[in-house]
Amino acid sequence: MLGISFAALASSLWANPNIDHRTISSYLFHPRILGGVGLTLMLTVVSMVVSTILGVLLAVMRLSKNPVMNAFAWFYVWVFRGTPLLIQVVFWGYLGLLYAQISLGVPFTDFTVFSVDTNTLVPAFTAGLLAMTLNQAAYSAEIIRGGMLSVDTGQHEAASSLGMSPAFTLFRVVLPQAMRVIIPPMGNETISMLKNTSLLSVIAVLELYTVATQISSQNLRQVELLVVVSCWYLFLTSVLSVPQYYLERHYGRGNARQQSPTPLGRIRAALRKTPIHAVSKGPQP
Amino acid sequence: MTEALAFPRHQEHPAPARPLLVATNVRKHYGGVEVLKGISLSVNAGEVMCLLGPSGSGKSTFLRCINHLERIDGGRISVGGELVGYAQRQDRIFEMNPREVAKQRSGIGMVFQRFNLFPHMTALENIWAAPVGVKKVPKQHAIKRGMELLDRVGLAHLAKAYPAQLSGGQQQRVAIARALAMDPQLLLFDEPTSALDPELVGDVLDVMRTLAADGMTMIVVTHEIGFARGAADSVVFMDGGVVVESGAPADVLDNPQNPRTIAFLESVM
Ligand SMILES: Nc1ncnc2c1ncn2[C@@H]1O[C@H](COP(=O)(O)OP(=O)(O)OP(=O)(O)O)[C@@H](O)[C@H]1O
Ligand SMILES: [Mg+2]
Repeated sequence: MLGISFAALASSLWANPNIDHRTISSYLFHPRILGGVGLTLMLTVVSMVVSTILGVLLAVMRLSKNPVMNAFAWFYVWVFRGTPLLIQVVFWGYLGLLYAQISLGVPFTDFTVFSVDTNTLVPAFTAGLLAMTLNQAAYSAEIIRGGMLSVDTGQHEAASSLGMSPAFTLFRVVLPQAMRVIIPPMGNETISMLKNTSLLSVIAVLELYTVATQISSQNLRQVELLVVVSCWYLFLTSVLSVPQYYLERHYGRGNARQQSPTPLGRIRAALRKTPIHAVSKGPQP
Repeated sequence: MTEALAFPRHQEHPAPARPLLVATNVRKHYGGVEVLKGISLSVNAGEVMCLLGPSGSGKSTFLRCINHLERIDGGRISVGGELVGYAQRQDRIFEMNPREVAKQRSGIGMVFQRFNLFPHMTALENIWAAPVGVKKVPKQHAIKRGMELLDRVGLAHLAKAYPAQLSGGQQQRVAIARALAMDPQLLLFDEPTSALDPELVGDVLDVMRTLAADGMTMIVVTHEIGFARGAADSVVFMDGGVVVESGAPADVLDNPQNPRTIAFLESVM
């Protein structure tokens, strides 16, 4: 049902004479669009990696017995999860307007060691990266904390009884097991991140969506460029689910009694078993 | 310090058995409930002590105090002449920092009722992880030693298997090998066979008997009276957080004096 209505919508869009297919195909691989794609991918990957590291740190703090660390982590998550991402993006982007200059010097005197323009210190790209990373860290921290809590207390005891330090236990025993629980929601988060980078258009970071709006404001082909952009987001989403599949397998080892082979492994095995001429006899896709 | 706590380091003559573990008046409470009400006992090097007692009598708690998984609220425990969890400098006693505690624990092995193998590591990895990570043994040596230990518990052919692919009895034998890989001076067993199907119990007990015969010092919490009778040098019966009766297996198991011991033994035999 859903598939049919979706197909109907797609075909009516396709058949609509007001949509210029030539624009779509000429902009799909336009250098400016490709640049936007690259920046979007880069922003997604960098902020996911950095926010995951921050998330582990926050999760460990939140689970620690130290009340100061615990409160800090709780406060961090409360602030960054409780305010809209759009506002955080704008905040970091316009920080330069709040503090025109950040200077290091003796307070209440004219003596300064150095001073920099916040606009050069926090250019749009850095501000965007910062906004996405800090926000994501709050969400990741909770996912990672949940994963760590899912690990049996017997594991902590076994590690302790072997003389493992808390840090060693975290990295060799707890996190590898928590990963099984952490990775699927983190896959979701990665895809959200990919799409949320489009919010950075409000502070003029030249990612995919910003570039597309800039182009369409000149040639007035809004719908065509939205189609181009959507194709790219769909493509990037698919690309990013490949590492997720392999990470899930890696951390799932030892859990299933026997792991099924990867798609690539299956193809390889099939090629090994079947003589070359027999392959062409198989059902054609 | 009392006479019993002194740890003779240099012996001129083959001496009477020296105590490896000495517990003096150990107390532990959770909230307002006192779980250990002054446990005193000692285990000589190379000997096996079996700890019996009804559920909730504090056996696991006492075992966990021995490697400082639980902090004691009173009394003292020493292993090999060193206080557990505390360092004595001049006249004062300080709680050890986590690094010192970890180092001390590495000399005291523990085998759990629910095995607690690391599920993301193969049997062999489970065994070499701690020697390499904690003691900085070169990986090649640790792997070679790990294979020897697996062979000793009869599982060399399953070195590459993950815990989920092993039976309970096999998992417990890997867990014993894992504890042995740290060359502990004392091994603690907390009901090592009570999570096992009856037909798998024998293999694990056989491994433990071999260890006992090889002179490993062990404290075993168990309901296996047969094992206690055959392998233990001493048996301690605990109930309600106190030691009710202790002595040689023949005395405690076959000629119990205390009515609580008698009732317990009747219920498990
Ligand atoms: N972490 C804890 N917090 C509160 N109470 C506890 C805790 N651990 C144990 N207890 C209590 O301490 C008592 C002794 O427990 P323990 O596990 O040492 O008994 P046990 O002799 O090992 O029993 P079992 O044979 O059932 O294993 C029990 O009453 C238990 O409820
Ligand atoms: Mg117990």
